[in-house]
Amino acid sequence: MNNIAIKVVGVKKTFKLPHEKQSSLKGVVINVFKGGSRSYEKQQALKDISFEVKEGDFFGIVGRNGSGKSTLLKLLAGIYSPDSGSIQINGKLTPFIELGVGFNPELTGRENIFLNGALLGFNRNEVKAMYNDIVEFAELERFMEQKLKNYSSGMQVRLAFSIAIRARSDILLLDEVLAVGDAAFQQKCFNYFEDLKQQKKTVVFVSHDMSAIRRFCNSAIYLNSGNLTMHGKPSKIADEYVDENIESAHKSKNNKNEASSPYRVSTKIAERTDNELLLKTSYQSDNRDEMYVGISVIKDGLSVAEINSLPLVKLRGNGLTAYTLDTSIFNGGVYYVTTALFRLENRELLCVDKDQCEFVIKQQDDTKGGALKLANTWEHVK
Amino acid sequence: MFKRIFSKRNRVLLAELVRTDFKLRYQGSVLGYTWSLLRPLLLFSILYLVFIKFLKVNYGVPHSAVYLLVGIILWNFFLEVTSGSLSSIVARGDLIRKISIPRWIIVISSSLSGVISLLLNFIVIAVFMILNHVSLSIDILWLPLILAEIYIFALGLALFLSAAFVRYRDISYIWEVICQALFYLTPLLYPVSRLKWPIIKEVLFMSPLTQAVQSARYVIVTHRTYVLTDVSHSFFVRAIPFFILIAVLIIGISYFRKRARTFAEDL
Repeated sequence: MNNIAIKVVGVKKTFKLPHEKQSSLKGVVINVFKGGSRSYEKQQALKDISFEVKEGDFFGIVGRNGSGKSTLLKLLAGIYSPDSGSIQINGKLTPFIELGVGFNPELTGRENIFLNGALLGFNRNEVKAMYNDIVEFAELERFMEQKLKNYSSGMQVRLAFSIAIRARSDILLLDEVLAVGDAAFQQKCFNYFEDLKQQKKTVVFVSHDMSAIRRFCNSAIYLNSGNLTMHGKPSKIADEYVDENIESAHKSKNNKNEASSPYRVSTKIAERTDNELLLKTSYQSDNRDEMYVGISVIKDGLSVAEINSLPLVKLRGNGLTAYTLDTSIFNGGVYYVTTALFRLENRELLCVDKDQCEFVIKQQDDTKGGALKLANTWEHVK
Repeated sequence: MFKRIFSKRNRVLLAELVRTDFKLRYQGSVLGYTWSLLRPLLLFSILYLVFIKFLKVNYGVPHSAVYLLVGIILWNFFLEVTSGSLSSIVARGDLIRKISIPRWIIVISSSLSGVISLLLNFIVIAVFMILNHVSLSIDILWLPLILAEIYIFALGLALFLSAAFVRYRDISYIWEVICQALFYLTPLLYPVSRLKWPIIKEVLFMSPLTQAVQSARYVIVTHRTYVLTDVSHSFFVRAIPFFILIAVLIIGISYFRKRARTFAEDL
């Protein structure tokens, strides 16, 4: 069971990005006379990546945009070849990384099934045998003789997915399959993932959806601008991903020029312990009005807890206030803190901290939903 | 290696790609597949009127209409395979970038649509042969070999061109000009006998195209035409077209293999 399915050793990949796309001979000739074709930029997409995927692993690849995830997946699929290092694959690999590759808009749905089936290595008889199942699963019985260009994008995805799950390979590569489709489609995806897990298939899974990473993966790596920075438990990797995203959001906030409003407020997480967050709120005001701050904790777009600084703290001018948030009352999930500044006199809203700060509550227990923790006071009555 | 090349997956894929190409080719046209027959026939009619009826070119052979037709159809075959495959890799960029399939399958599949057209065109040739009372000779058994020769020559070029086209889009224009030159360097419209100096004949017959077209005319239409063996008695000169053929194929394959590794990034 613990055989290695994928072994990646010291893989590097560099792309040459021409400054001006040179698809003409003239450009080449001019460059030759200029002394060598140096007019490209080297972009190191992957710098010395090594890892192993065991047979039966549900393996997550996490990273921000441009971190090299898709490049890595394309290398695994054999679409790109590495500059150095080696990739060893034991078992049959699905040849594609996205849904609906090779779909031709000018062909009918039916013809596309055969074409896509061929890309998976099925001959016409084999596709015929599974044709009805595919159509039924995609719920597209009435549309099979229509050209694909007349399908909605959701219909196309459904069709592509229904074909893709027929693939009989040992190792599957999935790149952002969850990014498309509605909730019902996602549910189908999740069911399919569960099936794959039960069948002990090896899956390499790229996603920005951390809840899916936490839910399905048993191992994951974190890519940061071409480096493999973490390899381990999916929950840790997912936390790292969220943290990094918050950090960069802060950076971009600080780079922005503040609007010329006379009031400013901003909250940061100063300290974090297991059950408490120390929130520090800095405020600025150009006049001498008396003010107070309020914070609101938001989950899934809804405010789940609010408190303001009255009557303990009244503010004037510039300064800093602090609030200790007891996080033990929250269930697992991603929360945001929004801060607002009010005028004491008439309770007028003066300004809001638009860049909310974010915190994540980790929770092993999946049985509890919603934002607030409820005590377990169940009793058996009858 | 052959087991790998002709694996089930590759065969299935090739068949399906050819089918798709063929389905899409005449999409939206009223006459559809009939164009595969109609197009060479109409082109031939023009050439027939110009060269045989108006200019009264004397080809010095019997059944000059069929003689002309065979040349035109073989030329069209060559043109369709090379020019048709030239943009095949670029046109299938979606596959190349997203899926790992052997890249050569794409070129082969596009070249095979040329083969299908050729087979259809041979129906036209057969009809003309019957109308002109051309008598079949046993030599026609050579025909598959001759057609294979043109195909291999065209395929070698197609592999080279399609790989080069990924990097240099000028290739399509350059190839257009080269084709125009090749068209006149091949005795398609004019009789070889009109060329005065033997050295020019020898030069023309260095081209595998000239050699193959003339051989095809010899085995299909009439023995009273020039073939390679009439032009030169030197073994060395006779070997040149075959040497060129093999060289083109080897260069085409090796260049394609070299470039194919980075198609996905270059596109």
